[in-house]
Amino acid sequence: MSAVMPHTTMNDKPLLSVEHLTMRFGGLVANNDVSFEARAGEITALIGPNGAGKTTLFNCVTGFYTPTVGRLTLRHPQGKEFLLERMPGYRIAQLAGVARTFQNIRLFSGMSVLENLIVAQHNKLMRASGFAIAGLLGLPGFRKAEHEAVELAKYWLDRVRLTEFADWEAGNLPYGAQRRLEIARAMCTEPVLLCLDEPAAGLNPRESGELAEILTFIRDVRTPQGHRTGVLLIEHDMSVVMRISDHVVVLDYGRKISDGDPEHVKNDPAVIRAYLGEDEDEALPPEVAADLNLAQKGA
Amino acid sequence: MTTPSHAQSHPHYHINGKRPGVGPGVNWAATIKDAGLAAFVALLLTVPLVGLRTVDRPTGLGIEARPEEVIASIVLVFFGRLGLGLIRQGMALPVLILALVCAGVGLVLPMPTQVLRLVLVLGGGVIALRAAMTVATGRSKLSQADRDKRMDRIAAKVQHASRYIGPVAVVFAAILPMTPLADRMLLDIGILLLTYIMLGWGLNIVVGLAGLLDLGYVAFYAVGAYSYALLAHYFGLSFWVCLPLAGLLAACSGVLLGFPVLRLRGDYFAIVTLGFGEIIRIILVNWYQFTGGPNGISGIPRPSFFGIADFSRTPAEGMAAFHELFGLEFSPLHRIVFLYYLILALALVVNLFTLRVRKLPLGRAWEALREDDIACASLGINRTNMKLAAFAIAAMFGGFAGSFFATRQGFISPESFTFIESAIILAIVVLGGMGSQIGVVVATLLVIGLPEAFRELADYRMLAFGAGMVVIMLWRPRGLLAHRDPTILLHGGKTPAATGAAK
Repeated sequence: MSAVMPHTTMNDKPLLSVEHLTMRFGGLVANNDVSFEARAGEITALIGPNGAGKTTLFNCVTGFYTPTVGRLTLRHPQGKEFLLERMPGYRIAQLAGVARTFQNIRLFSGMSVLENLIVAQHNKLMRASGFAIAGLLGLPGFRKAEHEAVELAKYWLDRVRLTEFADWEAGNLPYGAQRRLEIARAMCTEPVLLCLDEPAAGLNPRESGELAEILTFIRDVRTPQGHRTGVLLIEHDMSVVMRISDHVVVLDYGRKISDGDPEHVKNDPAVIRAYLGEDEDEALPPEVAADLNLAQKGA
Repeated sequence: MTTPSHAQSHPHYHINGKRPGVGPGVNWAATIKDAGLAAFVALLLTVPLVGLRTVDRPTGLGIEARPEEVIASIVLVFFGRLGLGLIRQGMALPVLILALVCAGVGLVLPMPTQVLRLVLVLGGGVIALRAAMTVATGRSKLSQADRDKRMDRIAAKVQHASRYIGPVAVVFAAILPMTPLADRMLLDIGILLLTYIMLGWGLNIVVGLAGLLDLGYVAFYAVGAYSYALLAHYFGLSFWVCLPLAGLLAACSGVLLGFPVLRLRGDYFAIVTLGFGEIIRIILVNWYQFTGGPNGISGIPRPSFFGIADFSRTPAEGMAAFHELFGLEFSPLHRIVFLYYLILALALVVNLFTLRVRKLPLGRAWEALREDDIACASLGINRTNMKLAAFAIAAMFGGFAGSFFATRQGFISPESFTFIESAIILAIVVLGGMGSQIGVVVATLLVIGLPEAFRELADYRMLAFGAGMVVIMLWRPRGLLAHRDPTILLHGGKTPAATGAAK
């Protein structure tokens, strides 16, 4: 599959390397020695049954949790490297350029759609406004920066087809539009890696088709700096995953059980076992099976 | 009265009863039974609580029975409950008239006992109020949601109109001291109102914009007041030097409090700020050698006219007298007018700051923090710094207001900085509608202005104040003028999509 994708640049170093990531909560092991890579200009899907540890892994990558063991390396196209596990949460978004959306939508629902996208460009604008001092005095530098911020917001509003709703209160948007707005907001931070936690949840087939379009656009378009954005995606909707992802990582009970292109993963027996349950004879250790047989005979 | 079987023959009484005006018939038996039951409960409660009273007799502690009061309260409960039941069954108008007559009779005609008068006036008044509410809402055929929407529209209109109301109000406030109306009392009330408006606007930055419930705002007010008082007392610094210093010190105390506290959220945060407010007050009371303890600090110097002229008849050395400088007749009112303009200017500075900062990344980040803290972190916003900034800036404005308070009073003591002050300022912000600048002004007029205006009613004004708060919280839980306009528009508010935003 990857052979027919001309945009994948296999020779480059990966954008994100997850190495031996383990996350424990007390006695519970949510992620157990997970390693994988995600590349710029690719959609890497993270799938697995409920409770497989997908969201925990996401929270480690985006700095909401600090992993117990393991290394998370993010390589910028310019060659800068960031060790994400050593950075406080907001720094990962601010410096390393990792943006995310949430499983249960987290918009600034009392603020307008446009304001949501402007807040996403906070750090850039804060510098331009001289940490509010130049802005309070009304200096022109800030007005120019704000104009540029609005232009970027307009660009993404247009991409997610929310331009006409720009002045609506974000909380009043329909559900599907809120999902799209959250993606636009994440993109307004100009990330190198976009992490999406179940973006198709609760969408109807038409909406998830539109979502797939937006995601492939994000993957394929080059940023003004000339690099491509990597997309890390948690998703349960297999039709979306199989259609758009270039690389699929499967987790089960916190472990990685399969890794490869969608075609490979679809036919991997370990994945089928995890999703559909195990064949009885295959699954049970021989002594247990023997016991069961005895018991059945006895009855 | 009634029999159980009779009541059972109307099993749908409660369902019908909850809808005013559904059926014209009134279920008298069930209503009277209900009222009787309530009266019985009242009997059980009032006999021990109201009916018996301990009195100090020469022979020792004795118990005195008070049957009159017990009977009065039972009658009150019976007719009150009866009235409520009838209101629910669509008899609001007759009940209203009857209750008003009762209250009127109680007020006007001579009564054999005070208790009877109280029963008539109080009971009649409360029932009349309730009936009036039902009549009013029943007439307009509006549901609670419709009423909310209508109030929202009014709030939006006021917000839009504030573009014109604001300057008019400022001009009015500015020319007020020049009108013949301006006497000592009016100016004093004006200064008081403006002080609370300034504090409300200051607290609005923390509570309304950043969404941090601060129950100890008065601490910064106290820090500002004591900064000026102590600096003037020990170093003889003038008001104009101390004003920025007091703001700076209050801001520092804000940062100092903020660092450990900002990791807490919601209720825990509120409790710690409450504690901080008390800590400051207790330090002021107990550090006797430095702050004068409960005696406070007196003889705080009055402000000069920007360090040029003094307002007293015989100015200190090196100062001109204000009235001589401007060739006016000496009047003690000059100082009051000057103080009035001073606090007006300070309050307007706070207002301008808030209006501007809302359109800056700092203000937008505050509002975003109020909406969703976690999403902010995911966008790379340094939450701690943003919250500290909100805290420090609001504290600074509180400090300015505090040093103004000190110089106006000429005397301060810890008594002025109790929790009730924090609560009043917070009530102003919440009642006005969080984040609404004009809401703060309206709420200040209600919360501070009305009790001042009705000072003759003495203790009853606090009762009315409490009742008013309850009514507003029932009808407008988000505050009177809670309406937020976007700080930036893409379509300039002209497209139908913007105006019809799902309202």
